[in-house]
Amino acid sequence: MATDTTHLVPDPLFAAAADGSGAPQKTVSMPIGVPGFTLHEEQRTIPASQPPVLPVNKDLDYIGKSPERWDGHAKVTGRARYTADVQLPGMLYASFVNATVPHAKILSIDTSAAESSPGVKGVHVIETLLGGAVLRNPALDVSKYPIVRYAGQPVAAVAATTPQAADDAAAKVKVQYEALPFVVDMDKAREANAPQVFPGPADQAGTAGGGGSARGIPQTGNVHGPSVKKHGDAEQGFKDAHVVVDTHHYTQVQTHSALETHGVVADWKPELLTVYASTQGIASVREELAAYFHLPKSQVRVITEYMGGGFGAKFGGGNQGVVAAALSRKTGAPVRLMLNRQEEHLSVGNRPSSDQHLRIGATKDGDITAIQLISYGTAGCGTGAGCAGPATNLYKWAALHTEENDVFINAGPAAAFRAPGHPQGAFALEQSIDDLAGRLSMDPIVLRDRIDENPVRRVQRQIVRESAIWKSRSARSNADAGPIKRGIGLSQSVWYRHLNLKCGAEVRVHKDGSVEVLSAVQDIGSGIKTVLAQILAEQFGVPPAKVSVKVGDSNYPVGPNSGGSVTTASLTPAVRDAAWQASQKFLSSIAPALGTPPSDLSLSHGMVSSASGKFKPVSFRVAAAKMNTDEVSAQVMRTPDYDPSKYDTYGGVDVAEVAVDTETGRIHVKRVLAVHDCGRPMNPNQVISQICGGVIQGISYTLFEHRLLDPNHGLMVNPDLDRYKIAGAYEVPEIEVQLTESYIGQSSTDASGIGEAAGIISAGAAIGNAFYNATGVRIRQLPMTPAVVFAALNQPQQSMEAI
Amino acid sequence: MSDQKLPPNEQPPKSASPPGGGITRRGFLKGAGVTAAGTALLEGVQSFHSQALAATHSDVKEYGTEPVAIQLHINGKERTLSVEPRTTLADALRIQAGMTGTKVSCDRGACSSCTVWLDKVPVNSCMTLALDAVGHHVTTIEGLSSGDQLHPVQVAFVRHDAMQCGFCTPGMVMSCASLLENNPHPTEADVRYAVSGNICRCGTYPKVFAATLDAANQMTRKA
Repeated sequence: MATDTTHLVPDPLFAAAADGSGAPQKTVSMPIGVPGFTLHEEQRTIPASQPPVLPVNKDLDYIGKSPERWDGHAKVTGRARYTADVQLPGMLYASFVNATVPHAKILSIDTSAAESSPGVKGVHVIETLLGGAVLRNPALDVSKYPIVRYAGQPVAAVAATTPQAADDAAAKVKVQYEALPFVVDMDKAREANAPQVFPGPADQAGTAGGGGSARGIPQTGNVHGPSVKKHGDAEQGFKDAHVVVDTHHYTQVQTHSALETHGVVADWKPELLTVYASTQGIASVREELAAYFHLPKSQVRVITEYMGGGFGAKFGGGNQGVVAAALSRKTGAPVRLMLNRQEEHLSVGNRPSSDQHLRIGATKDGDITAIQLISYGTAGCGTGAGCAGPATNLYKWAALHTEENDVFINAGPAAAFRAPGHPQGAFALEQSIDDLAGRLSMDPIVLRDRIDENPVRRVQRQIVRESAIWKSRSARSNADAGPIKRGIGLSQSVWYRHLNLKCGAEVRVHKDGSVEVLSAVQDIGSGIKTVLAQILAEQFGVPPAKVSVKVGDSNYPVGPNSGGSVTTASLTPAVRDAAWQASQKFLSSIAPALGTPPSDLSLSHGMVSSASGKFKPVSFRVAAAKMNTDEVSAQVMRTPDYDPSKYDTYGGVDVAEVAVDTETGRIHVKRVLAVHDCGRPMNPNQVISQICGGVIQGISYTLFEHRLLDPNHGLMVNPDLDRYKIAGAYEVPEIEVQLTESYIGQSSTDASGIGEAAGIISAGAAIGNAFYNATGVRIRQLPMTPAVVFAALNQPQQSMEAI
Repeated sequence: MSDQKLPPNEQPPKSASPPGGGITRRGFLKGAGVTAAGTALLEGVQSFHSQALAATHSDVKEYGTEPVAIQLHINGKERTLSVEPRTTLADALRIQAGMTGTKVSCDRGACSSCTVWLDKVPVNSCMTLALDAVGHHVTTIEGLSSGDQLHPVQVAFVRHDAMQCGFCTPGMVMSCASLLENNPHPTEADVRYAVSGNICRCGTYPKVFAATLDAANQMTRKA
């Protein structure tokens, strides 16, 4: 249905770079909207070198279908080799020595006993620490060694012949501390006379996954902020309002807890540093290590064949990368440094907490006259606790005023965590929007239809409205008479079309009819390998399982860092462009043997045909034997989006059904309906896997997960996976996922990402709104443990009265 | 199990025994454990422990910190490994035997990533000493399939996309396959129970349930 309306320039293969700067253009008609609801065609003017417009999924052979995960066999048989599994000849095992106190100046480090410990080959003392906020004036830290700002901060490391020998030796490193006063409670840290985590203003840069804070934000004591955004006159907006909802919400610190911890195997050779890394960003690891060791990037190779989860925390080389490389250089042997579970909780990232004061003013009809959000959150000794994204971007408002503050405490620095700031922000916003609907006696969907301009979410709400679960919702809250009360609630999510345009891929066609794609992207579990195979399958008619997918190695063309749901949206157009260009070169390569010009040839559905009828269609494989060279290839960088002015946020609507046991204080999530948008779903089954995962991670965040710090000693009391409770098989509800296939006419694949928007943003508020529907009581604190539930059930409700 | 007899050729080196055969840390702890049990628990429990102690005391092997050679029966093959007595089965498999399909994630028995079978019973290999696996049949993820023939649970995991990053997958597969070995007609509740100790941080549980039930159907149909 979607067709090119212009002809290609004579030779698209050699057209000028498709960066929009003076390159030839063509106007095409593209599918836009949601099939079954809003699908239509729109014109786009795009670089002439772009491949033909891809029709909607139902008209394709492989894209939009769900072939088996390309590396599924390797994963179920244990063949998949993760960083933790890499074993090189002569490899040493390294262990960190970590600070045992939350705040201190290190006076001395005695490594002599460790060095003479059995099996030890090298000891490294950390003099430059990565991660966390950095003082604007570094001279304020007068110390030979980095100041200890949290218990668990790496101080040194030991490399030995076995993991046990390394642990033994690490325990023999003697660190002499001069203790400094510490604070691990955010409210105490905000007090005027609180111990100071930093002696002056400090900032943390974001990573490829997001997080961090802008520079130049004011800082008073431990409070880094506010970061202020003002649009319109919020005070006037509140004066104009018929109703003002005024709420306070609190969320806890969550740790990423990927099953594979952070870690690397570093192999330092004079000509090349090879680093196997458990990372979401091969490019980011290469960049950071090259910069740290003053090596040209060409002499740093990073490999990530498989990685066991990151969720935003795994970017850059990190202390483990730097230390392992240093130890490898020192010992002349490859060094493996994988964090243990405790270190994973303490030192490599977390989702910041939040304390949010939100005010929403609205007219009688529900139009928002003003939103004001004042938030505080702690990212430990880092920054990045801002959570105004949902309040800013989900609904239309006449005026907006947000102030985000980071509060330093003596705890490990935060890192980007799946939709940074958004689960926190949506928990407050989406419960408050339901409050507003209640105050206006409006249905929560009707109100959202009025104030939410996103066309896809409008479709999604229609799907929700017609769903069995929503129809079974009682409009009246606290409708069940017994001790177990059922309720249903919804929440929306918002995410953004973030892209990494500095990525590319190479596609090769061989004379034996085999095809391969090469890109230094990493598959973090979202299944990009499968998707790349599908793109080549669509182009050449080869089954995806037969496509050779080479990723996870910086020897290939640079790939995107996988953070912020950018991977599929960024990389797939480059791969499709490369596949298309390679196919055109392929046709040129077989044309002489077929005695016809390339323009007479076409390749579709795996068959090569002649427009002039010179020969009967032959299979791609048979035709490949006619190539006049052994191999053709095309390497392509990502073309910018066709029309970034039509920039769209996207997201979803999640509905939760809960059963609240008012006698035990437990909330059981029974059912979830997750309606989500990821542009063109490239592999729906894999997308559904991610959404189920986001929903479950969101339930886990909402009900269970909680990093607990002991205020007396400044230590984390649950740095493991038994006392740090994560949702397991018993806590998983029945989950129904509905994908809203959506076309926005932005690239040659028109795919977006799903990782962030998938469930975790909206779970807290969906469960909160369901809890209200069940009990008639608001719960405004995470995690919703039995104690929190009882406190809510026994408290008179204040917020609704406040105006 | 902790008093597993070693074959004669795997006797620990003499130096591992404390001189004079006096009180050992291990013997002390064991005695203390029995005493505590005797005073705090039922008479029968004490009696059981005492008998066990009496029966095995003369056979108790004492180890130092030096590596000892052991033979492990892994996936139908005998492997001779040199391990420190404190080495876990997980480390022995992964590091000494180079079989890295078994994953270690929490390293304290809370996540079941390291699940293997000891005589067909799923155990956390991070909480099992390699020495304690001597004399038992160890089955790992590498040994679940026979050649190219995948176990029906493995086939179903791929078909249902019951994995994302895949790090929990070997342990998850071992738990689910063990369930089907013992219960060919499981309900979803049975599957939940079987993987109640397996943490999947990517949240792939719904597909794990579906895949395992599907595998059970396939196996029943074939049987």
